[in-house]
Amino acid sequence: MRIVVDYDLCESNALCMTAAPEVFEVRDDDFLYVLQDEPAEELRAKVEEAARRCPKQAIVIEG
Amino acid sequence: MSLDRIVIVGASLAGLRAAEELRARGYEGGITVVGDEPHRPYDRPPLSKQVLTGTMDPAATALVVASGSIDDLGLEWRLGESATGLELEERSVLLGGGERLGFDGLVIATGASPRRLPGTDHLAGVHTLRTLDDSIAIRDALAAGPQRVAVVGAGVIGAEVAACARSLGIEVSLIEALAVPLERSLGLEMGAVVADLHRAHGVDVHLGVGVVLIEGSDRVERLCLSDGSVLEVDLVVVGIGVSPNTEWLEGSGLTLDNGIVCDATCLAAPGVVAAGDVARWPNERFAEVMRVEHWANAIEMGEHAARTLLGDAQPYTPVPWFWSDQYDRKIQLAGLASSDDIVEVVSGRLEDHRFVAFYGRAGRIVGVLGMNQPAKVMRWRSLVDNASSWADALAVAAASD
Ligand SMILES: Cc1cc2nc3c(=O)[nH]c(=O)nc-3n(C[C@H](O)[C@H](O)[C@H](O)COP(=O)(O)OP(=O)(O)OC[C@H]3O[C@@H](n4cnc5c(N)ncnc54)[C@H](O)[C@@H]3O)c2cc1C
Ligand code: SF4
Repeated sequence: MRIVVDYDLCESNALCMTAAPEVFEVRDDDFLYVLQDEPAEELRAKVEEAARRCPKQAIVIEG
Repeated sequence: MSLDRIVIVGASLAGLRAAEELRARGYEGGITVVGDEPHRPYDRPPLSKQVLTGTMDPAATALVVASGSIDDLGLEWRLGESATGLELEERSVLLGGGERLGFDGLVIATGASPRRLPGTDHLAGVHTLRTLDDSIAIRDALAAGPQRVAVVGAGVIGAEVAACARSLGIEVSLIEALAVPLERSLGLEMGAVVADLHRAHGVDVHLGVGVVLIEGSDRVERLCLSDGSVLEVDLVVVGIGVSPNTEWLEGSGLTLDNGIVCDATCLAAPGVVAAGDVARWPNERFAEVMRVEHWANAIEMGEHAARTLLGDAQPYTPVPWFWSDQYDRKIQLAGLASSDDIVEVVSGRLEDHRFVAFYGRAGRIVGVLGMNQPAKVMRWRSLVDNASSWADALAVAAASD
């Protein structure tokens, strides 16, 4: 599983961070940091939840 | 009870997320999705934001699924068809064309419709905003260069429409019967900050006044307000709230009272669940019966209702959450907020329109509001999740700001 964030769409509202803090972090500079591009398979449910919670549909999961 | 035929009525956010969750939980039977709009599910928030300003192609509002394509869900779409009745005993949904759709399980996600101003149906230039088609019509009306737009109702949608029109350089009058914009969502004190934001962008704000009359021969020409003022306008957008779409369920045996009344697990009757803007349920976390008209609730409740339908019936106890984009400001609220709560700014300054404020009730924190402070709102919303005491919440904010 590979995570691709469309940074043109992302508006740093930090919703993905609530769903999968292991993978997504919005820091106080208000930028989103993807902590792991290829997270372990056991995080899939959380990452999918993060993608569904993203109001900009900015997170794409490949594979 | 074995489930093999699930019908979802309402082809929008809550309905789609329910379908996705049914599949994610391994349900392999049939799913029929009935929706009275001609479109596949699309996202509404951009309709009062980027679509209106012409910066987003309406086609880009189509909802997608997290991995793969929506077609992988194996849904049978019945679009452009409305459900007109429910026969609970016979376990079937009636369609407008006279057909009966049998079900073992039913998800009701028919959302809500905007209230209209009485006596305006014959006038061109008076709009409400709920659907993609509504949004395109308003976008085109704004692009035609009106002299002045009146926005009636300063709730979330009215306030966003006003912001879009101003950013296109159009003169805007914003008229609200309550004392401040977003009063029902944010309470008096923080609603006043929103009023200030709009004034700073040159909106002509009228608070505490109603619309007495909308005049015009076939097109709207002027508005008469309850304080005696008269506004010459050539476009009106009405955002005075919504009513849940439950007419089709009258007499069905479901309990209807400002929405479909569900139990704590989203169940409205055996094998029948409801979710999203149309559903009311007791949220045990706050010991309050709620009907929530927010995007995040449509998703979470759609997913929750799907699990309940599959037999995993847990109480649905979310911390409500919404956002609104106005000009270059993002307003986010996690939890509850009302004029009766104590409000304290814990980061930033109101005058800068960049801050975080906490709402407290009965010694606990119940809400976190932010303007252009997303990271802090999301971090501190856990204080509401954990029902922290007011003193602890303030201490956490002071220590980490
Ligand atoms: C313009 C706009 C902007 C918004 N912006 C924000 C925002 O910034 N932040 C936020 O948190 N929330 C926002 N929201 C709210 C959010 O979009 C809604 O809470 C969400 O759409 C609710 O989803 P739903 O599936 O419950 O209902 P809906 O999206 O209303 O969908 C219900 C569907 O069911 C259909 N239907 C109704 N009756 C029948 C019937 N009898 N038979 C068949 N089909 C039927 C309807 O036509 C509709 O397609 C906004 C809403 C609007 C309208
Ligand atoms: S939820 Fe979406 S928009 Fe928000 S920070 Fe994450 S990727 Fe960006």
